[in-house]
Amino acid sequence: MDDNTEPLLVIDDLAVEFRTDEGVVKAVDGAAFTIDRGEIVGVVGESGSGKSVTAMSILGLVKSGRRVRGAIRFRGRDLGTLPAKELRSIRGAEIAMIFQDPMTALNPVVTIGRQIVEALRLHDKRLSKAAARDRAIELLALVGMPDAAARFKQFPHEFSGGMRQRAMIAMAIANGPSLLIADEPTTALDVTIQAQVLDLLKVAQQETQAATLLITHDLGVVAELADRVVVMYAGRVVEQGDVTTVFTAPRHPYTVGLLESLPRLDRDVDELHPIPGSPPSLLAPPPGCPFHPRCPLARDRCRTERPELRVVGNGTAVHRTACHFAEELAAVPTEVTR
Amino acid sequence: MTAFVVRRILVNIIVFILIGIGVFLLVRAAPGDPVRMMIRPEDLQEGSEAFIQGRREELGLNDPILVQYARWFLDALTGDLGSSFISRQPVSGLLAERLGPTILLMSTALGISLLIAIPLGTVAAIRRNTSVDYAAAALSLGVISIPSFFLGIVAIYVFSLQLGWLPSSGMSTPGGGGGTDVLQHLIMPAAILGLAGAGPLTRYVRGSLIDELSADYVRTAEAKGGSPARVVTRHALRNSLIPLITIIMINIPQMLAGAVVLEQVFAWPGMGQLAVRAVTQQDYPVIVGFALYVAALVLICNLIADIAYAIVDPRVKVS
Amino acid sequence: MSDLRPSLDTPDVAAAEEVVAAEATATGVRTQRRSPAAMAVRRFKRNKVAVAGGVFLLIILVLALFAPLIAQQSPTAVDLGQIRRPPSGEHWLGTDASGRDVFARLLYAARVSLLVGVFAALVSVLLGTVIGAVAGLFGGWVDTLLMRTADMVLSFPPIVVIIVLAGLLGPSIPILIIAIAATTWPTPARLVRGVTLTVREREYLHAARVAGASRGWLLRKHIVPAAMGQIVVVGTLLVAQAILAEAVLSFLGLGVQPPQASWGNMLNDAQSLTVIQSMPWLWLPPGLAIAATVLAVNFVGDGLRDAVDPRQSGRS
Repeated sequence: MDDNTEPLLVIDDLAVEFRTDEGVVKAVDGAAFTIDRGEIVGVVGESGSGKSVTAMSILGLVKSGRRVRGAIRFRGRDLGTLPAKELRSIRGAEIAMIFQDPMTALNPVVTIGRQIVEALRLHDKRLSKAAARDRAIELLALVGMPDAAARFKQFPHEFSGGMRQRAMIAMAIANGPSLLIADEPTTALDVTIQAQVLDLLKVAQQETQAATLLITHDLGVVAELADRVVVMYAGRVVEQGDVTTVFTAPRHPYTVGLLESLPRLDRDVDELHPIPGSPPSLLAPPPGCPFHPRCPLARDRCRTERPELRVVGNGTAVHRTACHFAEELAAVPTEVTR
Repeated sequence: MTAFVVRRILVNIIVFILIGIGVFLLVRAAPGDPVRMMIRPEDLQEGSEAFIQGRREELGLNDPILVQYARWFLDALTGDLGSSFISRQPVSGLLAERLGPTILLMSTALGISLLIAIPLGTVAAIRRNTSVDYAAAALSLGVISIPSFFLGIVAIYVFSLQLGWLPSSGMSTPGGGGGTDVLQHLIMPAAILGLAGAGPLTRYVRGSLIDELSADYVRTAEAKGGSPARVVTRHALRNSLIPLITIIMINIPQMLAGAVVLEQVFAWPGMGQLAVRAVTQQDYPVIVGFALYVAALVLICNLIADIAYAIVDPRVKVS
Repeated sequence: MSDLRPSLDTPDVAAAEEVVAAEATATGVRTQRRSPAAMAVRRFKRNKVAVAGGVFLLIILVLALFAPLIAQQSPTAVDLGQIRRPPSGEHWLGTDASGRDVFARLLYAARVSLLVGVFAALVSVLLGTVIGAVAGLFGGWVDTLLMRTADMVLSFPPIVVIIVLAGLLGPSIPILIIAIAATTWPTPARLVRGVTLTVREREYLHAARVAGASRGWLLRKHIVPAAMGQIVVVGTLLVAQAILAEAVLSFLGLGVQPPQASWGNMLNDAQSLTVIQSMPWLWLPPGLAIAATVLAVNFVGDGLRDAVDPRQSGRS
């Protein structure tokens, strides 16, 4: 049934707008990238870069926003034009999501077990309650929940944050999805728990062989898990490529800035360089390159002409950037982050 | 939890005693002599002044106020609220026989309120700013603006007098009877009382459901592939109706006020009708008895509301 | 952080303007164009339903004030030769059981109903303001005691309490007003207490208190002005509640006593089936008058609430 010539998921020139009292907010403005089967892609960017809206748009979960342009094709089908019922048969079955805050993403008045059973039975009507229960307990055990049978009957508030996120992951992989979307899966957790959940995500990915879209602002998470990275800024993709290439030889000044603002063991704290300025207003984005007000390389062309995503470098993996002067960055030696 | 419940019960008992003192003092401050009240004016004649003084002495009305209060309080504790000035029957018995009809009226009305408010509030929340939402808002505003006794009169005019469908007064047809007969008498007062209660309840359901619909777990349920109906009923509504017992308990005293008035309009033989008659006849023992019943009802509802709120929500349980 | 934020967190422009204006007045700078009150008036004027309610109330008020000029008949003149007559050229809305002109009574009753409504709300707001300010300014056990009492009073249904009070103290207009105020003060009290607590925290008040200002001065100069908008809203909604309470009590015979007319006691006759059946002119006009007036007051109250606090607007 697959159209094997196209990647699993294609996001093509996606634009999502929100109407507010003050005008139209262009949260996503022409984002484009793809995910192959079994691949882990990290999408990074500051708050307001459009990464979460892009992720939510895949399953049509952006409530007040309006898709004004572009397509999201999954196995060749445009998810935006699918009838509601067909989209629902994909949600939670072929594409599953893991949300940021496990404290609020689970229904507080329904037991963990019933929430997983619901996910199972929604997509397999023939599954008996008893069988669904057994499967749910199996899943809880799989995500490393001790005493899964007892945990099955408990409410979310009886779980710790990390345990909740484990339950959330169990629920997401319940139907063996071919695409997992994890929206800031570790941001709301304690640092010590973050590593455990990341390990679990790795295990879950290996178990299901699901392609994974990892939305995060944490470059460390991307470095650890992802095969490829997509950098977003002001609703657009500004750079993408495989993780090693992008992190060792970034070709967009924003990516360079992100990497330099990262605390590292081989550098003194006073050498941290946060990116000056703040993200642009999405109500009235600056003309030309949206990054130009904060960019050290900015010149006249950047203020008028919007750079398109183009191939750079000469490596084997495809590396793209949306900067007029990417080649100048190539001359600057950047340090390896890993 | 137990400590919380015990403390709440103790506080409510103290408040009840304070209300008792207040009502007692009001009665003593009220114009008119209780003994004269008990005597028909036409029976008043020469020499009755001495008789009245004797009766006052007998009844202890000349004792210090504290002694009088203590006696009244101890009597009230044993369920003795005195006798009606008018019918001479014990007040506790009079009120007890009126309790049943009032409870029947109020519980039916409460059921009607919920049957209107939950679906209407739900649809209004899902379809915000549509005609259903505006209809719900109009209902809420209408029922707090149109006096229920006027609605009752209009209903009697239309359904009893013009259409002849429903009886206009009482709880049953003299000589006739049976469940359907009572039901026919019940429909109009209960429906109007229910409608009045549905107004604020609809607002509550709508508001809390709107809050819940924007919660993260609702998005999770959608991401799992749940249908809109399922997401609303199994997830959002479940959460928004958790404090429902509390809301209902807070609304019951307000509903009682409506019942008192409607019982008068429909000659429904409940406590409200008894109380209004007692007030017009200055039948103090009955008024006091009614006041204590109402106070007890309000305090019990408050207590249940507090406890229910603490128990039902699994989120509150641990903390 | 969700990327939805820019669309959700964007502050309301009107609210922001208001904050700026409020700060300007607070620091003593008079801003002619954008005082909070002027902005509230502007917002209120845009609300058509509220303005319609206000116009309706004005008409009722004029009819009530000029009742002697408008009504051809006396509202209390008994004419036993002309009882329960249907509407005619002479008696526009017919006559009641004592042969009194219903139209005249309707107009004069508006005076009583509006008077009771406004006075009861006024007493309630005054009482609530003082209690709320005392609770907020003194704090500690005074605050706890007053607010617990307020919660308790609020949980009792006003109509029932008023029935008991009217029963024990005898029915009359002053008792009615006091009884309504005694059961409704907690709403303005809670509001003023809240405002007092916020105002008390503000820097300029600390300075004012250090300068030896009395609590009464604080109340007049800082708390009441800060709470005024919301007090007006609560007061308006209380007027609606009080008009209804008067109507109910007078209908039951426990409020305004005949021969004086009030909308409620005009409906008192409608407890007989004969009257309901064949004399609708006796009960329909006062009933409609109550409903329309209370509805109009509620419209105005809702409009004022949205005007005073635009962030709460969009019906709740």
